[in-house]
Amino acid sequence: MGAQLRAVRRRIRSVQSTAKITRAQELIASSRIIKAQQRLHAAAPYAREITQAVEAVVSRSANVDHPLTRPAANPSRVGVLILTSDRGFCGGFNANVLREAQSLRALLAGNGLQVTTYVSGRKGIVWHRFRNLDMAAEWSGFSDVPAHANAAEITSVLLDAYGRDAADGGVDELYLVYTEFVSMLTQRPVALRLLPLEIEETTEAPPTGPLPIYEFEPSPEDVLNALLPWYVESRILHALLDSAAAEIAARRRAMKSATDNANELIEQLTRDANKARQAEITQEISEIVGGANALAEASRE
Amino acid sequence: MTLRVELVIPDGEVWAGTAELVVAKTTEGDIGVLTNHAPVIGILAEGSLVQIRPDQPGEPDVYAAVSGGFFSIADNRVSVLARQARLGRDVDAGATQQALDEALQRADQGHGAEEQADVKYYRALLRAAGGSS
Repeated sequence: MGAQLRAVRRRIRSVQSTAKITRAQELIASSRIIKAQQRLHAAAPYAREITQAVEAVVSRSANVDHPLTRPAANPSRVGVLILTSDRGFCGGFNANVLREAQSLRALLAGNGLQVTTYVSGRKGIVWHRFRNLDMAAEWSGFSDVPAHANAAEITSVLLDAYGRDAADGGVDELYLVYTEFVSMLTQRPVALRLLPLEIEETTEAPPTGPLPIYEFEPSPEDVLNALLPWYVESRILHALLDSAAAEIAARRRAMKSATDNANELIEQLTRDANKARQAEITQEISEIVGGANALAEASRE
Repeated sequence: MTLRVELVIPDGEVWAGTAELVVAKTTEGDIGVLTNHAPVIGILAEGSLVQIRPDQPGEPDVYAAVSGGFFSIADNRVSVLARQARLGRDVDAGATQQALDEALQRADQGHGAEEQADVKYYRALLRAAGGSS
């Protein structure tokens, strides 16, 4: 066998094993995406109820004055929470969310604010370490199956920082950058302000009809004090779950196109191998014919 | 006329169904809810029990331990939102007792409010498993 043919066959084998791996990853992601979506749906009732309860309290109070809703007079330091994935093999997922985070940070820094960064997900942590960027806190190990406990941990750190003065290393505002699961094919990085919460005055009736006139146990203030941190926590949990679903969907798509590319490459290489084999045979035939002709000529003389 | 009850935690739903009576403990005291109750939003006491009496006759009461959270009542709908919750029948009494002992030890060592809350929650779990408040 010729050297060229051997080299091409070796490449075919290597691409075939890559295709097997990416195909398996694609199938794993396909089965996990359903679970991730179910978790997202399972979390919806809690998020909906808590939002409604907060709306009910806020709409009943003449003026809400709570630290979590009060904008700082002169914000000097802001926090940014970035949600990335723990594992790679998911296409541009992490690159996109980190790019969004970079542009948000550039914007905030342009406004003369100091930015403190909080990162969740191993890929984001590594990205920051590699660039020697400081992180105030980091979490990892749960990006594809986040649980309430993870959200609670992140929230307690963030609320603690939010509760302190900027001079103390606290933050005056908090932003959240994560990837939104739009559909199986589309995942969009989004950046939004988490704290202080924005209270929107609206004259429109809520879609579910007017809110009942609630009584509050023990008092509206106490209820609001208890609810707002849980509301923030529920927002963070929702972002974590959304980001997990987006990560798996991105992985599925990346692995599918990797498998398709590998198969295309195998086809091309198989053609090359056939050509090389044919060239070898042609060369052998022409050598034999040439040899025979030479012998015949020699005997004629 | 029955109450539609759902007990949800951030990760999902723990119990849902129709009931005749729901008893929950707020920071101010126990509140019992029958049909046509006035709309209320209340904060649940830390580590308390929620008792649900299903409207099917003969069905035993459902006890659930909650670690804290709130409930809202409106239009014969009761939503109990707990940060952690478990039904009494799902509680593993042995493991919970062990967890309680550990939490008690940590609380003895002068840790903060979090351990105290854990102790309360584990005690509530055991009470829920026993099926009595």
